[in-house]
Amino acid sequence: MRAPLTWLAEYTDLAAGARGVDVAASLVSVGLEEEDLHGGDITGPLVVGRVLEFEETIQKNGKPIRYCVVDVGQNGQMVTEGRHQEIVCGATNFEVGDLVVVVLPGATLPGGFHITARKTYGRMSNGMICAEDEIGIGHDHAGIIVLPRLLGEEHVADVKPGDDAIALLGLGEETIEANVTPDRGYCFSVRGLAREYWHSQGSPAGGFRDPALIETPQPNESGHPVVLRDEAPLDGVPGCDRFVARVVRGVDAAAPSPAWMQKRIAQMGMRPISLAVDVTNYVMLALGQPLHAYDLDTLGGPIVVRRARSGEKLTTLDDVERTLDPEDLLITDAGDGGEGGEGGEGGSETVLGLAGVMGGASSEVSATTTNVLIEAAHFDPTSVARTSRRHRLVSEASKRFERGVDPAIPAAAAEMAARLLVEHGGGQIDPGVTDLDHTSRPHAFRLELAEPSRIVGVDYPRERVLQVLRDLGAEVRETEDERYVEVTPPSWRPDLVNDSPAPDYAEEIARIDGYNNIPSITPTPTEGRGLTHGQKTRRVVADALAGAGFTEVLSYPFVAPELADQLMLPADDDRRRAVRLANPLSEERPLLRTSVLSSLVDVLRRNISRGQKDVALFEMGLVFRPGGPLGRAPLPSVAHRPSEAELEQLYAAVPAQPRRVGIIATGLAEQAGWWGSGRLVEWSDMVAAVEAVAAALVVPVVVSADADHAPWHPGRCARITLTDGTLVGHAGELHPKALSALDLPPRTVAAEIDVDVLTTASDRAVQAAPFSTFPAALTDIALLVRSDVPAGDVESALRRGAGESLESVTLFDVYEGDRIEAGHRSLAYRLTFRAADRTLTTDEVNGFRDAAVAEAARAVGAVQR
Amino acid sequence: MSGPNTNYDPVEVSALDPENVDAAVADALTAIAAAASLDDLKAVRIAHQGERSPLALANREIGALPPSAKAEAGKRVGQARGRVGAALATRQAELEAERDERILVEERVDVTMPVVRRPFGARHPIELVAQRLVDAFVGMGWEVAEGPELEAEWLNFDALNLGPDHPARQMQDTFFLDPVDSGLVLRTHTSPVQIRTMLREDPPIYIVAPGKVYRTDDLDATHTPVFHQIECLAVDKGLTMAHLRGAIDAFVKIMFGEGTRTRVRASYFPFTEPSMETDFVCFACHGDPGPDGCRTCGGSGWIELGGSGMVNRKVLQACGIDPDVYSGFAFGLGIERALMLRHGVQGMHEMVEGDVRFSRQFGMEV
Repeated sequence: MRAPLTWLAEYTDLAAGARGVDVAASLVSVGLEEEDLHGGDITGPLVVGRVLEFEETIQKNGKPIRYCVVDVGQNGQMVTEGRHQEIVCGATNFEVGDLVVVVLPGATLPGGFHITARKTYGRMSNGMICAEDEIGIGHDHAGIIVLPRLLGEEHVADVKPGDDAIALLGLGEETIEANVTPDRGYCFSVRGLAREYWHSQGSPAGGFRDPALIETPQPNESGHPVVLRDEAPLDGVPGCDRFVARVVRGVDAAAPSPAWMQKRIAQMGMRPISLAVDVTNYVMLALGQPLHAYDLDTLGGPIVVRRARSGEKLTTLDDVERTLDPEDLLITDAGDGGEGGEGGEGGSETVLGLAGVMGGASSEVSATTTNVLIEAAHFDPTSVARTSRRHRLVSEASKRFERGVDPAIPAAAAEMAARLLVEHGGGQIDPGVTDLDHTSRPHAFRLELAEPSRIVGVDYPRERVLQVLRDLGAEVRETEDERYVEVTPPSWRPDLVNDSPAPDYAEEIARIDGYNNIPSITPTPTEGRGLTHGQKTRRVVADALAGAGFTEVLSYPFVAPELADQLMLPADDDRRRAVRLANPLSEERPLLRTSVLSSLVDVLRRNISRGQKDVALFEMGLVFRPGGPLGRAPLPSVAHRPSEAELEQLYAAVPAQPRRVGIIATGLAEQAGWWGSGRLVEWSDMVAAVEAVAAALVVPVVVSADADHAPWHPGRCARITLTDGTLVGHAGELHPKALSALDLPPRTVAAEIDVDVLTTASDRAVQAAPFSTFPAALTDIALLVRSDVPAGDVESALRRGAGESLESVTLFDVYEGDRIEAGHRSLAYRLTFRAADRTLTTDEVNGFRDAAVAEAARAVGAVQR
Repeated sequence: MSGPNTNYDPVEVSALDPENVDAAVADALTAIAAAASLDDLKAVRIAHQGERSPLALANREIGALPPSAKAEAGKRVGQARGRVGAALATRQAELEAERDERILVEERVDVTMPVVRRPFGARHPIELVAQRLVDAFVGMGWEVAEGPELEAEWLNFDALNLGPDHPARQMQDTFFLDPVDSGLVLRTHTSPVQIRTMLREDPPIYIVAPGKVYRTDDLDATHTPVFHQIECLAVDKGLTMAHLRGAIDAFVKIMFGEGTRTRVRASYFPFTEPSMETDFVCFACHGDPGPDGCRTCGGSGWIELGGSGMVNRKVLQACGIDPDVYSGFAFGLGIERALMLRHGVQGMHEMVEGDVRFSRQFGMEV
């Protein structure tokens, strides 16, 4: 919401010498965030010019360029030579003879843009013909400003080349723009901003002059008939609880709105249109009450405010035909059939507009309108909000009604508008005054005066609280118990009307007293238990992987349906069961990932496309595993805590989201260099990474081959489990076909592990095992086994057979070749034995070794060589 | 060699002649000094101290002397051998020291050659910033709470006083799950963690909740559909806005250094009342942008931190906490923004694309 300082100053006293920045800062202090400052930042010659002639040529880039000669009066730099200003212009929305705005060399435009004469498109351009955005009065850059179009033909009648355009357009005046939070609808008016500024100055007596305090005539029966007939109120709240209609007859249809009004409307960022429209907008900007002006002659009968019938249509002022919803509240003309006419029986019933949102085209005031009906109504915020959203139609009116408009001012607003119409367009105000007022004053609230102090933490004296409440416009009635007062909020503060407004009042007291008076006290919780085991586990996992050379990345979890095929997932694979977004950002990626790898592959591909050849990544994050079709999460009442059954239902409706780590790598695991050649990543790097994580958490894991787990290579995939068989994850080389479908380099390796499983498995106090200080005894064995026997099985057998004195088993050589039987391989192990209580004898060690070999022979058919 | 001869005249035993003994010593010392290596010295040792060395031979002759002459000759030869032995030892030590030094020089390598065969890994700075904040709050006695990212609408909206007509519940901002009547959304903020915590635990509650959140914004320099928030919730008896300020000030100091001043102003959020916005003094220009302005704060001297407030009574009620007994406060901010500010990250793209060059800049700790 904007406000020119000159306008604010009409309603409140600005601090002496206050500039825009000061006013904005004052408003910030009472909770209105500064959005922008407009105006006051143009210096130097900005003048009216008249285009005398131009020559248009098409440039090489296909853009038309006009070499113009412009009369800028006495400001012309070559005027003594009898030549007019020569200016190059890229716009084409003007004709010879048009009055335009010209900025001349030496001037500075908003943003510190200095204007100099310079050569452009082959010729000297001595200045620039301005567009709206260039001088900060709008955002239009489609063409240059043509003054009669901007201000109206009438207003430029006396304007001549060379006139100061800064004054003409009000650009010398500063306009502040504040960001209004949704609870402060009344600040969508100069009235509201002036009141807030007054608060920021300590609310000095007499320092605020309420523009809505104007005398209004008593309502009577002779006004234009209006019927409020809301048969389907939303949540029991009538769509319209006040409707004021005033009529002005005999207005000069051609009369322009006064220049000062047009200037203000432009300063507010809106566009002057015609007297009737400008007046309604001006009053809305001044008071915050949206108005609508109808051409009375297009109305056939009483105005009826009702909900839409299904299938009804309306073409709104923006020329869009809209199909209405039965929840939409409408302003209708009952037609000459009178308001008894039902469902179009009268034949002339017309929908005039979407109440509080936008009018219709049919009753719009036009260039021939002389009799005007002014509507000033009060609509239910919810009803307006829903209609506005349903039709994706946000208007100045809907913005205000949604946030709450002062229900006490429609009569004043209509009166102000009627007077302005007569003042500037002639005619007469009808004596008939319609004012259907079903509004009621808000109930008084019993406020404990100590409550604001209790909430804010500042000790506000009783008198201070009472003073602020009164300054706010609340009616304060003292009670017998002096700890309490009865407070009736002002009509413009619907946000202070709710079941327990004490915190709202506390905010008001704190705000007016100054938020920065609130001290800073560090809270001191006493029972912190530190990070949970799960939280620590996650850090260990991530740090272990980063320490092992992997770089952590984050990816978007949105994936394409085709990904499941690219990953070669079987038809019945759980990972194909993904949840789908109703409104994905990209229709191509509507699913949420069921594995981290599904989105991590994108990141790997991106790194490769940027020239990285050796990449090792990991990501830890949630995956979304619905298990079955989505249920329906309940929406219990918020008036109290949901029942345990409701909560159970609520939690159960949320799909499982296990936390996973995905790891992926390609290229060299070890770099080439002066020490020799590098080493490519291979399946074992992934198993090693998982083992590193498990070791960091002291979780024993078992590695076995998994020939059937997409997207891994069937011969190079390790399945990693806990010792009880619980799946931890998979690691190894990815399937060549999957890699080609995913457009990833051959031999890319990957792993995915379940952090939740590791968290549970590591959630215990590790018990220290005693270790022996007696000497170790080493013995080597070579075992001949069939090639398809996994080394893991051989090692398990050796461990089982060797007994408890075995300290470690190391596979130090693997041989396959013509020195041994075909289809077999030789595995060479070093066994280390150590007893807890003595030095082992050679005989003992040999006995253990033989037992180990015997078990390997029994379990996997191993033969000692 | 002959047997003892009592009539033997010592003058006639030339090997024991003092001049000859002195000459042998002089020869030995010269040879020792001339030995250039340990091998040379070994040869010198054999020649001058070995069994066939002149002094060893002389020593042997002493036995043949009459007892009257033995003492003097013995003393002479003993002293001579002692001198030679000491010189050998000294030279031996010298040569060994020289050799040791030479080996250390010869074994020198060029330690400036590149040595890293495996590239270093790194954590993502978003996680590191979250950890930094979390750790500081845990140190103050707060605990870390978490919740799912795919969340029930009721927990994400209704319970937070974001009713069915609230603009955020329209499809413009929120990812809804298909079918829409499943009542599930991708959480739009970390605030449902507040609700889950309040439903699960009785006050006092002091939690910090970092996490990933989602909005239907396309990726550009300042927006990303997936981003991270960190938020704090306290519910206890007697908490006021002063405690809220205190917690925020602690937060700001952790992130931007001791002595970072804050200022606050009124604001509006459905889930808090009263509500507050906090700015902190620009850590780059310290509130004084000077005539040339400040790129970090845009010349205002202040940087907006984020929204906060006292937990709305309705939110406490929906969680079964009596708002007449307990009060609470909550505040939060975007981690991406904190990272941009504190570490000079230029835009969202770098933080979300997963380019390894980005994460590697930050190592394991920010």
